[in-house]
Amino acid sequence: MILTFPHMGSVYILVKTLFDELGATYVIPPKGSKKTLELGTKYCPEMACLPLKINVGNFLESIEKGADTIVITGGCGPCRFGYYAEMHRQMFKDMGQDVEIITIEIDDTGIKGLIAKLRYLFPNKSLLSIANAIVKAFSNMKEADKLDALSYKVRPREQEKGATDAIMNKFEADVLMVTGAKEITKLIKKTQKKLKAVPLIAGYEPMKIGIVGEIYTLVEPLTNMNIEKTLGNMGVEVNRVLTTSHWIDQHILKAGLKIGKRDFEKAAYPYIKTMIGGHAQETAGHTVMYANSGYDGVIQIYPLTCMPEVVAGSILPTISKDKDIPVLTLVMDEITGEAGYITRVDAFVDMLIRKKDKEKQNERVLSRS
Amino acid sequence: MKEFYLGVDVGSVSSNFVLIDSDKKVYKKLYLRTIGQPIKVMKEGMAKLKESCPEDTKILGVGATGSGRQLASIMVGADIVKNEITAHAVASLDYCPDVKTVLEIGGQDSKIIILRDGVVYDFAMNTVCAAGTGSFLDRQAGRLNIPIEEFGAYALRSTAPVRIAGRCAVFAESDMIHKQQTGQSLEDIINGLCQSLVRNYLNNLAKGKQIETPIIFQGGVAANVGIVKAFETELNAKIIVPENYDVMGAVGAAILAKEEVEKKGYTTFCGFDMINHDFRARSIECGGCPNICEVVEILDDDKVLARWGDRCGKWSNTIVDKEKTAVKEKLEKLTKEKILVG
Repeated sequence: MILTFPHMGSVYILVKTLFDELGATYVIPPKGSKKTLELGTKYCPEMACLPLKINVGNFLESIEKGADTIVITGGCGPCRFGYYAEMHRQMFKDMGQDVEIITIEIDDTGIKGLIAKLRYLFPNKSLLSIANAIVKAFSNMKEADKLDALSYKVRPREQEKGATDAIMNKFEADVLMVTGAKEITKLIKKTQKKLKAVPLIAGYEPMKIGIVGEIYTLVEPLTNMNIEKTLGNMGVEVNRVLTTSHWIDQHILKAGLKIGKRDFEKAAYPYIKTMIGGHAQETAGHTVMYANSGYDGVIQIYPLTCMPEVVAGSILPTISKDKDIPVLTLVMDEITGEAGYITRVDAFVDMLIRKKDKEKQNERVLSRS
Repeated sequence: MKEFYLGVDVGSVSSNFVLIDSDKKVYKKLYLRTIGQPIKVMKEGMAKLKESCPEDTKILGVGATGSGRQLASIMVGADIVKNEITAHAVASLDYCPDVKTVLEIGGQDSKIIILRDGVVYDFAMNTVCAAGTGSFLDRQAGRLNIPIEEFGAYALRSTAPVRIAGRCAVFAESDMIHKQQTGQSLEDIINGLCQSLVRNYLNNLAKGKQIETPIIFQGGVAANVGIVKAFETELNAKIIVPENYDVMGAVGAAILAKEEVEKKGYTTFCGFDMINHDFRARSIECGGCPNICEVVEILDDDKVLARWGDRCGKWSNTIVDKEKTAVKEKLEKLTKEKILVG
């Protein structure tokens, strides 16, 4: 049994830690590329969203490398993603591909069913060691997300252009070469140290932009055209609350244990009072939170036909007006032309810079009179 | 001696060149068709500019914009490369300092820019749908055998506009044909087309945006009086079409170049001599990863000026590295000299 899984940003670090610890044989799909997208688009329904197409592309590339069992999460409710595992099953059947698909979710069979699936995936492993590996995997995911967040802060301030990119590219290549939770943690920590040592431009106060939207599109660089990197290299600091570890914290731990109202729910309350699926509540809530904490602008990104984000998108102009925070919306699909997006992002950043300059001028005039 | 700032706007349909003096007044403007050959048209434009200027003309700075801005900037050595939104906003602010809305319809895209207190406040850009852009009007004029310059005048002569489906260029065309076959007059059909394009523009691009006066309408399509009239009717407001409506992007680029050069104190303009150079573009398919990027190389004779099109930066960075080492060497030399002097 050779396992594989779909890509979603640095989720592969979580899965790699888990599989390494449990001694599973697995294939990490090649990093998402044009080929991944072409393969996915060929076999998926046109109106399906971009994440499904990329998932299928990932799987096909992994199967080419010998994988025969796909592990994917499922779940009832959040959005269409909930039934994608079932769709994958049908699609591979139609394609005549002999692969097994294991969905990690709590379905009608309850926790028992989940345990049975884990036992099937990792035979000869005690439940305790599986639980232990999951804890380690989550911990590494958290560190990897911290590493990304750090790079968003360092990139706009670096003295030598490309220093951050070089460190991050090396990390992506190196992490595939090491094995086991401990080694991966060590490498992440080492890279964090390297990033902290990058010489920065003293006293440079970059523009700050918050990124909101549909989580897959935000986390996977193939679907967001490396927005953090693009903005960072324009000298803009980026913040994105939605990460894989944030999702695990908020949706599995906090929501599971039902600990009070989450901060974004409170912030979104005047605009969206309830969960409407996907990350619509987060999108609205985080936009409010970014505005309140002095960010210069917000960029919303989602895949074409994503219903929850369409709803959130129609609410954002109101928040933008109420809170006086500029918002740019980018909708992604497989025929997205990169040039058009770069022009929009470039114009957006320009707009923020000129707005800030004007505000500074006005302040000076006020303080003089 | 005459001193000017040059603005270049290389768009999908037209390439525009503008010379402004230090008072930001347009001295000379050129509107050329890009006809899919930006390199050729750039050289042609620069040659024409050179001819039309006095011998002792000095270019103090250059700005580039438009979808071909990267290419243009490499060929002329631009001081500043800016996106179209900023360039258009800067130009219209210069024309009318309290402008609140800019409607821009070009050859292949349309934009709306909302300004408040002299800064861009919001914008939207349409690049996917061709309905309502210059190319589509061009095509329809060609089909009806009417010179594009007279297209708008036909609309003004209409007495009873016909409703044309303007949501999509393909449907609009079949709807026009349908109306024409039922015997409607050409004037009415053209007027109907103008109105439906304006509706389409306002419903798609301007959705949820507050259009306040003064409103400036620019871009090639602003020459079409039928569209101007339709905007005025639909918005119930006066539409200002600036004198240089067709080259506002280039004007903006020239103004930005002026600001930039005044800030940094020198220009990187490589001179009119570039018209004698042999610029070529060569494309390579990189096989380094499954992205298979088409990397484009811009060559001046045999010297590689720039590379772009790669997602990872492997190709474009090699040029940057060279520049970096050049700057480093220069700095080292300077410090050495200082040490020697000191």
